[in-house]
Formats: sequence, structure tokens, C-alpha cells
Amino acid sequence: MNFDTALPLLVVASSLLPGLVIFFLREDSHRLRTLLNLAGAGVKVVLVGVMIWGVFHQHSYQTSWSLAPGLELVLHADTLSVLFVSLSTVLWLVTTVYAIGYLEKSPHRSRFFGFFSLCVSATIGLALAGNLFTFVIFYELLTLATYPLVAHRGTPEALRGARIYLAYTLGGGALLLVGAVWLQVIAGPTAFIEGGVLSQLPAEYHGQLKVIFLLLMIGLGVKAALVPLHGWLPQAMVAPAPVSALLHAVAVVKAGAFGIVRVVYDVYGVNFTSELGLLAGLGIAAAITIVYGSMKALSQDNLKKRLAYSTVSQVSYIALGTAILGPVGTIGGIVHLVHQGIMKITLFFAAGNYAETLGIHKVSEMNGVGQRMPATTLAFSIAALGMIGIPPVAGFISKWYLGLGAIEAGVAGWVMPVLIISSLLNAAYFLPVLYRAWFCQPGPAWPAEHIPAARYETAGALLWPPVVTAGLALAAGLFAAAPYSPLEWADLIARREYGL
Amino acid sequence: MAETLIWLVAVPLAGAVAALLLPRQSTPIVSVTAVAASLVAGTLLYAVSEQGRLSYEIGGWSAGLGISLRADGLSALLLMMTALVALATSVYAAAYFNKAADRARFWPLWLLLWTSLNALLLSGDLFNLYVTLELLGLSAVALASLGGKTAAVQAALRYLLVGLLGSMMFLAGVSLIYAGYGTLDLSTLAGVVAAEPVAWTALALMTAGLLLKTALFPLHFWLPPAHASAPAPVSAVLSALVVKAAFYLVLRLWLDVFADLVTPAAANVLGILGAGAIIWGSWRALRTERLKVLAAYSTVAQLGYLFLFFPLLQALPPGPARDSAVGGLVILALTHGFAKAGLFLAIGIIQQRCGHDNIRELDGTAQRLPATTFAIALGGVALIGLPPSGAFLGKWQLIAASFATGQWLWILVTIAGSLLAAAYVFRVLGHAFGHQPYPQRPVTMAREEWPALILTAMAVLGLGLAGAPVWDLMEIGA
Repeated sequence: MNFDTALPLLVVASSLLPGLVIFFLREDSHRLRTLLNLAGAGVKVVLVGVMIWGVFHQHSYQTSWSLAPGLELVLHADTLSVLFVSLSTVLWLVTTVYAIGYLEKSPHRSRFFGFFSLCVSATIGLALAGNLFTFVIFYELLTLATYPLVAHRGTPEALRGARIYLAYTLGGGALLLVGAVWLQVIAGPTAFIEGGVLSQLPAEYHGQLKVIFLLLMIGLGVKAALVPLHGWLPQAMVAPAPVSALLHAVAVVKAGAFGIVRVVYDVYGVNFTSELGLLAGLGIAAAITIVYGSMKALSQDNLKKRLAYSTVSQVSYIALGTAILGPVGTIGGIVHLVHQGIMKITLFFAAGNYAETLGIHKVSEMNGVGQRMPATTLAFSIAALGMIGIPPVAGFISKWYLGLGAIEAGVAGWVMPVLIISSLLNAAYFLPVLYRAWFCQPGPAWPAEHIPAARYETAGALLWPPVVTAGLALAAGLFAAAPYSPLEWADLIARREYGL
Repeated sequence: MAETLIWLVAVPLAGAVAALLLPRQSTPIVSVTAVAASLVAGTLLYAVSEQGRLSYEIGGWSAGLGISLRADGLSALLLMMTALVALATSVYAAAYFNKAADRARFWPLWLLLWTSLNALLLSGDLFNLYVTLELLGLSAVALASLGGKTAAVQAALRYLLVGLLGSMMFLAGVSLIYAGYGTLDLSTLAGVVAAEPVAWTALALMTAGLLLKTALFPLHFWLPPAHASAPAPVSAVLSALVVKAAFYLVLRLWLDVFADLVTPAAANVLGILGAGAIIWGSWRALRTERLKVLAAYSTVAQLGYLFLFFPLLQALPPGPARDSAVGGLVILALTHGFAKAGLFLAIGIIQQRCGHDNIRELDGTAQRLPATTFAIALGGVALIGLPPSGAFLGKWQLIAASFATGQWLWILVTIAGSLLAAAYVFRVLGHAFGHQPYPQRPVTMAREEWPALILTAMAVLGLGLAGAPVWDLMEIGA
């Protein structure tokens, strides 16, 4: 085994091994646990850096291991996987810092950080999966690793949220499994190959392929929270803030969206999907989800719930971009995978800070919070403006490319209204929050002030992560044309997918 | 290398006799025996994978007069699983039975059970199979009654009667075969049986007896009380190994010896009973209030999956697809063996620590014993069939074979059973979260928690990630 075949495995192992060790640590060995967490995250950043460079230069990194005849566990780095791996790696590092600040005095830390690392390892494995079989394995592992995180607090609501989460995701996982097995029976082991592989199958299979596509999309749509499969997401926000942040930005929801991208581009092939008439259905589901999620977000007073419905809506931009045939739409969808991640994680970090510092859980309690916590609120504002699509924040780039792609593909007639309505709704549920935070006078006292203002407005480990990610969201928009930016990378993916 | 076959029977038997004669030294005797027997099983697995199938005639007498032992890939795998499960359970039992008198009563029977399992898996003719089956049943009943309470004795008595009835039916079938064909040797028999009434009747009788012993729905009624009231280490081997021994015989008869007689309709009957077992067993497991009963009903359900393979194997032509399915069947059986043994051991720890195994009142216990709870979680993952457990690979093959043969019903049953299993497993695991006091270290009772953890990890990680050799070994037929 040389470096090229070991690298994908090492990238997964750099979070998996610390996680396994952490399970067996004493509850009070705070330093060792922090060291392991940060060392794992640091090593992963370095390894992923090497991987980005190599993939850009057409280097092949692949680990494979036979589990049974015809069932190979394959970890493979291509442009798309590297994009998702980089996002997960950077946000994991930031979220780990945040989680240490957020949780280090609460019970069951070894269990929490152990599963936290497993959750990231599953996400990375899913990103690097080289075939559908491997993807299914990590997709299910992600479900398993996330359940204890959602249930972590052990309150009746937490257990209920976790149960609902599990019911949805295991049900979806079962359909995904059936679809994947069926596909393997008629097409053999389905490796992810740029441009897809199924178009070579004879026409008599096309009927079956349509049913399989439906099974796979329902299975993936549960995690991606496509309406009407989104019911678990608002319930799962009972989880601790770092978990919600990771769940909404990287791990679970993104895994579903990433799977949709994978299946459309690298299993079916986008042109073949379009020939089968399946893209339109996906586009309609995405459009409904985008509008529905935003409408629901409008009426939520609970801040985390409002953000959760916003996720339902925003993640479907990725599916929408996938459903728009043509490289520009593809760029818009794929780049939003990254942009939505860094913006949404900022919002959840900020929401967590309000709750931890001042006991604020509701939008109606946020009057004047910008005066008390300016840095957090600034980060929140940048991310919220980005979600609406205001330049120069990253979200603008995504929407620009989606719109342009729709015009190029000749589907502007229905995509443009969706984009416009959704942006207006985004503004309608985010701007009042910003107005309250900056321009309203605070009440006589905060609901429950846990952390007094000292050198910073809150604990340092809680403050820096949203500031850093807000900076990233701004940078991804401002320097969108710089080499190795998310946009440039999405452009590279689109060129390789369409063979341009 | 063929001598390893006789050692597999001789070592545990000698240990049993020694433990009976020297009760004070029985624990060290068992330690040595268990390690030695496991090493022999490992050697045999290696020898079979290197040299193909092995056989040994005791005393040099050939079949017909003497006793001959034989091992192929399937029996070597099951012998290995028996050894690992029995070894881990022995370590556990030494701590579980904390009175010397209890241990002295337990060990000889325990090694006798191990001996009869090994002998059964190595036997190549129907009469020896009958004898070993009877021996296995009797030692299992004796062990199950060790619980000492009225319920345990009642359940054990019922277990005894059912076991005897099963053996009688098996014996009746064996006599018919001997009357009809004049031989009981399995490989000779495979060449001479023809599709005629005597063979059908014999197969039907033997199968019925074995189905009773392997507790296939609706003949499972005796299993939950027997497995749920026995001491934890006994429940572990009853569920993991003893019912598997009867299943192993069904497999041998239907796939090897009487393969030409089996009609699709007959295979379908087994499949439908298996489907009934999955749904009914899982449902009862979901509705019960006690952990041990849950585990016992889950055994009923898990055995059902194994029977779903019969109609599939009947429909698949010989070739790679059928070989994959056979491997899937075996890995499912092995995974269940490890997972269920570990699960029963973990439940035993909970029962000892708080004196009950009531699911509703688990909160404090589940949090005081993180390692035990983790073992239950790992076992649960294998029971549901989620990756990376071996059961996931098995279910993948099961679903693939169903698609390949167009038998869609089994897919629905498999998925429904898996979701029900998820429901009963996570109903238990929900109690692991909360604000009860919990220890600084995850492992608090090393000698009992490690065996449970290792067995369940074997089911999830060992077979799931390193299970590919199972398919290679299954190519080595009898």
C-alpha cells in the first residue's frame, strides 16, 4: 500500500481513530480529549490539502477493499468528493473548537465527542465513496453516528426528536438500499464515473431505471429534507448547537444533497437522466421545497426552528442546480453545497451564542442584541444577507449562476420566479431579525444571562468560530474568481462532468 | 492435519470429564480446555482453507462400521464460531457465577455441550447426527434448568419434551432412510436417493423434527421462555449456537443430500414460514417488557431470514449469483451467532446489577454501564442489519437474489423486519441518554463487559469488514 492508495483511508482515519480512542477516555481527561480532537482535525486539514493539489493535477487516489464477491469498499478522490471533503474538514475543525467551548462543562463529553468524530468520519467516507455500495454504507453509518448526538441531552423532547429523525432516515435508508441493490443486479457494481455509466444499458431496462431513480431520490431526499420528507429536520433542532450546526451545514442534510448530485451526475449521467425525463421531476420537487421551506420559516418565532426551515429551503438550491441541464446551472448547484454550508453554520453558531450567553431562544427576544453582542450579530448578519443573495456574500454567487444556468437551459420560465419568490421570502424572514437585533432597544433584562460580558461579549471559543465562518462566507463571494475558490472548483467539476 | 478433527471432540470431552472429577480445580481446567479447543478450531479452519475438505476415520474403521468425522468450509466456519463464542462466554461465566459451587455444577455440562456441538458439526452420517443432536439437546436442557427458579425449570422441561419430540421425528426419518437405502452416510446417500415416497417421507420427518428444534415459526413457542429464563451465559449459547446446529442440519439435508428432491413448492413453504417468523418474532420483540424476552424473540425473527434463502437458492441456477447468496446466508447466520451471544451476555450484566431486566426501568442502569450499553448497541446494529455489520452484507445478498429471481415478496419482508428490528433496538437504546449518574470510565466490569463487547464487535466489524473469506470457504463443499 503506497501513499496514493492510502491517502483516502488516512483522511477518514484521521477523525475515526481519535473518535474511537475518545470513547474510552476518562470523563475528566479534558486536555487529552481536546488534544486528540484538535490533532485529528489538524492532520485532516493537511491531508486534504495534499489531496486537493493532487486531484487538481489529475492524480488518482484510491483505496479499495473487498467485503464480499462484487461488493468492494472503494474510497476514491475526484473533484466532487474533494469539494465536499474540504468543506467538511474545515467546518469540522471550526465546529470542534466551538463544541469544546459549548460543552466542556456538561456531562457525557466522551460519548459526545466520540460520536461527533464518528459523524464526521462517516461524512468524509460518504464524500469519498467510489461506488454506490460504499456510499450506502457510509450513509447508514451517518444515521447511526448522528442519533446519539441528537438524543444527547436525554430530555423527552430530545429523545422524541431523535426518534423521529431515526424513523425518517432509517426508512429512507431502506429505500436507498433496495434501489442500490436493484441497480447492482441489473447493471453490475456501479462505480461513480464522471458523466455516468447507465446510458449504455439497453432500452428495455429504462422502465426499471426510472423506478430505481425514484427509490434512490426518496432515500436521499429524506436526508436532504425534500418536501414532503423534511419532517424530521425541524424536530432535530433540539440537539446541542454544535450538532445542529454540523447537521445543517455539512453532515446530514448535505449528505442527502451530495448523494442526489452523485446519482444524477456520476451514476445516471445528467444527459441520460434528462433523456429519461427524470430531471423535471427533481426540479419540481426542489422548487416546491424551496418555496415551502421559506414560507414555513416566516412564521417561526423560535430562532433555531426558523433556521431549520431555512435549511429545508436553501439545501434544495443544490437539487435545483442539479435539475438544470447545462454546466452553468451545475456550477450554481454545486457551489451552493459549499456556500450554504459556511453561511448556515455561521447562523447556527450565532444562534447557539445567543442561547448560551443570554438565554435567547426566540426571535421576539432578540431586541437590541446587536448592542450587547456586536461581533456575533455581525457574523449573523453577514450570513443572513448571504442567504438572501445580497452581493458580495457567497450566496449571491450561487443564485447568480442558478439564474444564468436556467436562462441558458431555457427553463428560466419557472426557475426565475422560484428564485425571485424565494429571495423575497428569505428577506422577509431574515431582515426583521436583523432589524430587531440592530435597531430595537433591548428590554430591561435578558431571558437568562449565563456568561457576563468581559473581555469579549461571550466565551472566546464560542465567539471565534462564527466570526471565522462569516469571514469565509464573505471571502467566498469577494474572491470567487481566485484559484481554488469554491466557484473555481465547481467550475472544474462542471467541465469534467460535461467533458468540456 | 486430519487429526485435528478428533482433537476437536476429544479436547472438550476430556475437559468435561476432568472438571467433573475435580470440581475444585474446574475453573482452571475449563480455562485451559477452552483455549486449547479454540486453537484447534482455528487450526482446522486454516487447514480446510489450505487443503480443502478433511475427513478422519476413528480407529481406521471405514464408514458403515466405524465413526467417521469430516469437515468442509461450512462446518469449519461454524466450528470456529462455536469456539470463539464459547471461549468468550467461558471467560464471562467465570465471573458471572460468583459461587464456586455454581461454577462446579456449570462447567462439566458446559464442556459437554461444546463437545456435542463440535461432534455434530463434524459428523458425516445420519445416525451419528442423531446421537449428537440428542446429546446436545440433553446438555442444553440441563444447562437451561440451572436458573433454579420454578419458571426456569418449567421452561426447561418444556424444552426437554420438545427436544425429544424433535429427535424422535428425526430418528423416524433416519430409520426410513436406512430401510430404504441401506446406508446412513451422507455422501453415499446423496448419490442414491431418488425422488420417491420413502425419501420424501424421510426428509419431511427429519425436517419437521429439525424445524421444531430450530424453533422456526410457528414451532417457536418453546424458545422464548427457555432462552429467557436460563442463566445469561446459557441463553447466549442456546440462541447463538444450539438452534444454529439444527439449522445447519436442515441446510445439509436440503442443499447437499436431498438437493434433487427439493421442489420449488417445498422451498417456498420454508420461505413463507421464515417470513412469518421475521414479522411475528420482531413484532413480539417490540411489544415485550423484558430485555431477555426481547432478545429471545429476536432470535425467532433472525432465524426467519435464514429460511428466506431456501426458495431463492432453489430458483438460482448454479453459478456466481448462487454462490454469493449461499455466502450471504452463512454470514447472516454467523453474524447473528456473535451478536446474539454478546447481547445476552450484556443483558446478563444488567440483570445482575439491578436485579431485573425491565425495559421501562432501564434508565439508571443503562447510564451506569456505558460499555454494556455500547455492546447492546453494537449487537443491535447487527440485528437490524445496518452496515458495517456482517448482516448488512447478508441482507444485501438476500435482496439481490430476490431481485435476480423475481421473488419480490422477500424484499418487502426483509425491509419490514429490519425496520421492526430498528424499532425494538432503539426502544432500548433510548434509555442510554439522560441525567442519571454515570461513571468516570466506560468499562466498569472488565471480565464481563469485554466478552460482550468483543463478541458484538466481531459481528459488526470483524464479519462486516473482513468477511470476504466466508465466501471463499463456502466454495469448499462437502
